[in-house]
Amino acid sequence: MAACSVEALLAKAEQEEAEKLKSISVQKELDLEFDIGNLLACDKNRIDLREFREQKKEDFLRSLARDNTQLLINEIWKQPTERVQEAIVVKLPDPATPLPREKPPPKAKPPTKWEQFAKLKGIQKKKKTNLVWDETAKEWKRRWGYKRAKDDTKEWLIEVPETADPNEDQFAKRVKAKTERVAKNEYNRLKNIARAQKGKVPVMGLATSTQQSKEELSLAVSVAKTSTASAGRFQDRLPKEKAPKNMGKKRKFEPLIGDFSNERHKQLELLKLMDGKKPKLDITKAVNKQMREEDREEAAAKYKKRAGKKGRKGGNMSGKGKGKGGKGGKGKGGKAGGGGGGGGGKRRGKPGKH
Amino acid sequence: MEGITKRSKRFLESRAPKLIEDVKTAMIMKGGNTSQTVTQALKDIVSSNITRPFEDSTSLEFFSKKTDSSLFLFGSHNKKRDHMPNDVCVTVSFVLFAGRLFDFHVLDMIELGIEKYVSLSDVKASKCPEGTKPMLVFAGEAFDTDNEHKRLKSLLLDFFRGPTVSAVRLAGLEHVLHFTALDGKIYMRSYRSLLKKSGCRTPRIELEEIGPSCDLVLRRTHLASDDLYKLAHRQPKALKAKKKKNISHDAFGTKFGRVHMQKQDLSKLRTRKMKGLRKRKGNVVAEEQDGQAPKVAKEAEHTE
Repeated sequence: MAACSVEALLAKAEQEEAEKLKSISVQKELDLEFDIGNLLACDKNRIDLREFREQKKEDFLRSLARDNTQLLINEIWKQPTERVQEAIVVKLPDPATPLPREKPPPKAKPPTKWEQFAKLKGIQKKKKTNLVWDETAKEWKRRWGYKRAKDDTKEWLIEVPETADPNEDQFAKRVKAKTERVAKNEYNRLKNIARAQKGKVPVMGLATSTQQSKEELSLAVSVAKTSTASAGRFQDRLPKEKAPKNMGKKRKFEPLIGDFSNERHKQLELLKLMDGKKPKLDITKAVNKQMREEDREEAAAKYKKRAGKKGRKGGNMSGKGKGKGGKGGKGKGGKAGGGGGGGGGKRRGKPGKH
Repeated sequence: MEGITKRSKRFLESRAPKLIEDVKTAMIMKGGNTSQTVTQALKDIVSSNITRPFEDSTSLEFFSKKTDSSLFLFGSHNKKRDHMPNDVCVTVSFVLFAGRLFDFHVLDMIELGIEKYVSLSDVKASKCPEGTKPMLVFAGEAFDTDNEHKRLKSLLLDFFRGPTVSAVRLAGLEHVLHFTALDGKIYMRSYRSLLKKSGCRTPRIELEEIGPSCDLVLRRTHLASDDLYKLAHRQPKALKAKKKKNISHDAFGTKFGRVHMQKQDLSKLRTRKMKGLRKRKGNVVAEEQDGQAPKVAKEAEHTE
């Protein structure tokens, strides 16, 4: 009798266990792939289309989701847990799925002058405490900054050292030394930055890296082409690239021993000129040049005066000035009166070609 | 460099490339003629990630720079006019462009047509609190075999996974997003999981449908080339886990360490502490030894 009931009890217990386990176990052909760090589960099993169509779609999807979620939860529950302020928390591993970054990883900065030196000498960085004990004030003060422990600037008495001039202002000396130190520090900081960005220094004339005009681009191309060992002689040209205009030679000299007749002709012409009664100096031209020069100077002076007086109306004036100056100084390409923009652009023109 | 304040410096630093990146933010944009449905869809799907919705779809990259977001969702509404002999039919389709950027250039962009959409307000159920990290499940062979689906899976993962955390509250695992690739379509369903008692430690899951659900169709894709994709995955060396030397694990998970010792002079080795054996001022060692020997002999007699 007792044996019967014991058996029955055991059988019942076993059944209950099986049921409980059944409730969280899910049968799948292929195991799912889990990425617990991302709370992700991937089910690669084939989905039976017939089943999907027979049942109501939502129910099918829901039961599929339930099974997959159960498996995911089972996996998550296998992770170690801990208690954090009344809540049980499960520790997640790192995410396993590789995902693309937002931006490329930062480039390593080259070490500064001090860092190089420290590495060379084997100097380690010593971590300093934030607060320092100040004896005079009997409290903890910052090491650096507002209300610091040993504040040089707050001293009201500075002893004049024996070697110093008694009339020298020691306070001013301190302030000056400080500004010098600050300036030196700033200078070194900028030099470090410049060294870090060394690769970016552009060639003269090709400074811009933003929108470049056609001429600038072609100039850049020609510079790049000639910067080879053979000065670009063996560089192939692109299909539509035009041969460069005479870039190098600014003057052409006759060969020393060449065309004898040409040379003779030239020399005779020269003698004729020297002999002739006509003056070499073209008076009218010279006078015109002088007049133009004077006009320009006047206009420049006027503009400066006006700019001083009425800065606001300078826009209007400069427009008029530009017109005047532009006409007068077109060939010259010099500073047009008040028209810095218009004249300045043509500043590079060849002087005195007329 | 003049005029750079601490505030602007902090701002620039937050936008600069970093070793370990922040959570990706998404931009939600509306096209010229979006309908109510699409707007609703956009709002529901990424309610927790919205930066700012834009009305005008001018340069995507410009906006991404402005808001420092690398994910975007762009909704629009296409009207196709098919000119039939008798009448003009207009097919209206709702289209969603989901994509991500790398270094402010488009990395992947996928056009998804919305076939059926059920919004948050349509479903009457208690919702999950906003900001919970959802559990993501992808079902269907396509997500493993088809290239485009694989990229789509990666993109959806990027969108929905939320910030990476080291630990999560067990009771807070409520939200489940389930994507099924079946029959040429992708079914997205959103459930709330209820953890029921199951007799053992692991709970039994019951799902309750909440939130937006949609049936999507994969249309055109603009995926990054393999090279660019690989480049985007390059991790800085500093993040690689450093291997600790002299530590090894065996098959059972036991941790072994190696200790390197210098050569020991075994003659000077002391074993157990025996107070009697301690070297005293005089040479008493011989005496002790003698003392021990008779003791031993006595014991031997005793046992016999």
